[in-house]
Amino acid sequence: MAIAPITHVSGPAVPIPGADIDTDRIIPARFMKCVTFDGLGEYAFYDVRFDPVSGEKTDHPLNDERFKDATILVAGINFGCGSSREHAPQSLAKYGFKGIVAESFAEIFYGNSTTLGLPCVTSSKANIDALKEATAADPTLEVKIDLEAMTVTAGNLSFAVEMPAPARHALLSGKYDPIKELLDNKDQIEATAASLAYVD
Amino acid sequence: MGKTLYQKVWDAHTVGTLSDGRTQLFIGTHLIHEVTSPQAFGMLRELGLKVKYPKRTFATIDHIVPTENQDQPADPLAAEMIDAIRSNCDDFDVTYFDLKSGKQGIVHVVGPEQGITQPGSTIACGDSHTATHGAFGAIAFGIGTTQVRDVLATQTMAMESLKVRRIEVTGKLRPGVYAKDLTLHIIRLLGAKGGIGYAYEYAGDTFDNFTMEERMTVCNMAIEGGARCGYVNPDETTFEFLKGRPYSPTGAAWDEAIARWKSFASDADAEFDDIIKINAEDIEPTVTWGISPDHGISISEDIPDSATTEDVEEKAVIDEALAYMELPAGTPIKGIPIDVAFIGSCTNGRLSDFRETAKFLKGKKVAAGIKAIAVPGSQITAIQCEKEGIDKVFSEAGFEWRAAGCSMCLAMNPDKLIGNQICASSSNRNFKGRQGSPIGRTVLMSPVMVAAAAVEGKIADAREVFDVA
Ligand code: SF4
Repeated sequence: MAIAPITHVSGPAVPIPGADIDTDRIIPARFMKCVTFDGLGEYAFYDVRFDPVSGEKTDHPLNDERFKDATILVAGINFGCGSSREHAPQSLAKYGFKGIVAESFAEIFYGNSTTLGLPCVTSSKANIDALKEATAADPTLEVKIDLEAMTVTAGNLSFAVEMPAPARHALLSGKYDPIKELLDNKDQIEATAASLAYVD
Repeated sequence: MGKTLYQKVWDAHTVGTLSDGRTQLFIGTHLIHEVTSPQAFGMLRELGLKVKYPKRTFATIDHIVPTENQDQPADPLAAEMIDAIRSNCDDFDVTYFDLKSGKQGIVHVVGPEQGITQPGSTIACGDSHTATHGAFGAIAFGIGTTQVRDVLATQTMAMESLKVRRIEVTGKLRPGVYAKDLTLHIIRLLGAKGGIGYAYEYAGDTFDNFTMEERMTVCNMAIEGGARCGYVNPDETTFEFLKGRPYSPTGAAWDEAIARWKSFASDADAEFDDIIKINAEDIEPTVTWGISPDHGISISEDIPDSATTEDVEEKAVIDEALAYMELPAGTPIKGIPIDVAFIGSCTNGRLSDFRETAKFLKGKKVAAGIKAIAVPGSQITAIQCEKEGIDKVFSEAGFEWRAAGCSMCLAMNPDKLIGNQICASSSNRNFKGRQGSPIGRTVLMSPVMVAAAAVEGKIADAREVFDVA
């Protein structure tokens, strides 16, 4: 169960407008009727990509041909708020995103993303706005999230980013999926279980 | 120095520290439902793993169950998901409250009802409203599907510790004001992101005097305020509720359990990272006007107007919300016509909610053209309501009386808004598209306020509609 460390991710980026993008918007609930996560990618942001009434494509950036190769998502404040559904980061990962830069993230979304190996880093509004502007101006611009240096670089733009230490360590050491370590501590698990009166 | 309940429960369930610095936390009780579990069982199979403590996981179905005819989902995908949880529970020996058990319902209603939810325990469920169980003095939080896998395989998960904010509410809620109004008020006050990184301890004499149902309604929406979990310290009210439930301890074990449960309550000298004080008497019936649960106002207030603020971000938030909600800025929220009225969900789909609403609804009629549905949170709730004739009160008033499920709270089942319908809803989320139509609109409020809106055909002050003194 060895997992490769993630030291950096890079690729063209797409700026997503708006604050408080909730998980219902990332993946509408009706697409959660599935027993596997495969195939969720095509429904990412579905209700803002397609006009709910006419079904026509909207002017959402993900519909913009120029951003079709984007693998880095740039967002505002409180990205991923709302429901705990892992379908949200799963749909972004399946869509092809490798990393997210935002002003801030909702906690559960953040944890779910890290576990999938989808790094989420934050920076100030000014930095994010500058990055959005740069990527909007040049959709082919290579954006690099460097988890060792804790920076985002894109052309001449470079700024420091933040990520809680445990998540960073988990990604850098290839332990972002904790299952192996959890399983390894079998004896301690059983000792804890035995100490709890309500666990039989 | 004393400890909080949160710290005590956390310490008692700590297995160890992982190499990334996170805690490996033992999850005493694991609840699962049909939407977020099939992928987790799939991962388990892929890795060749078993369920470590099958007796500590309990399953039911709620999100996709049709409420008109529970066992006949017309949708083949829904049927496939129900089959999946059935066979997964069979294969891995997990207790499953099936439709035929008479115990099925919304997972957050079923846990407490069965006495599975207990003080001093850790509870996880692949659903963000798991905080509901905190009403019993449990540390309960929503988790993602990969974590569901972790809990199935190891009964533990990796987690970072939270800070604790005590929200102290004193005084008595005024007539016509309910726990739902309090929880909407708290979220309005602290914001939808105010609780990020925190567990909320709800305390003060208002909570001491609350029933378990009222405590659950408040804890349910901790997550809407950004808090990963919320709890109330266990007391006699908690024990009284749990006594005699199917999974509650009995005999000598009951007395031992009470002593143990009491010991988990926060110490009088416990230290908190933050303390907020609220006066219950200041609260009025509260409704939402926008697309985030912190977009709340009291029923007597006007819909916000972006022209009255200088703050550019606040302006943008108001404009976006009002454009979506199609509501006129700066005019009273009272009197806005509605299309649909929904009473149900894990926030307000319990027996007490239907009892209280029925008191006022008796002899009244739903306004012409309004679709009104009442959906009990569990089969047990439904049966009890039917015994008490509450179902009749609702149906005579013009509500459709349905079978147990999440129904129109999130619309993964046939109950959905159509087009831009506007719904007075006792649920917990008013996000864009939440109730099934991508342009559907949700106004959150207490069940009695939903009933008032249904009767008037518009958002109304239940105290006026029902002559509440
Ligand atoms: S009632 Fe609504 S919030 Fe509660 S579990 Fe069901 S879908 Fe989630």
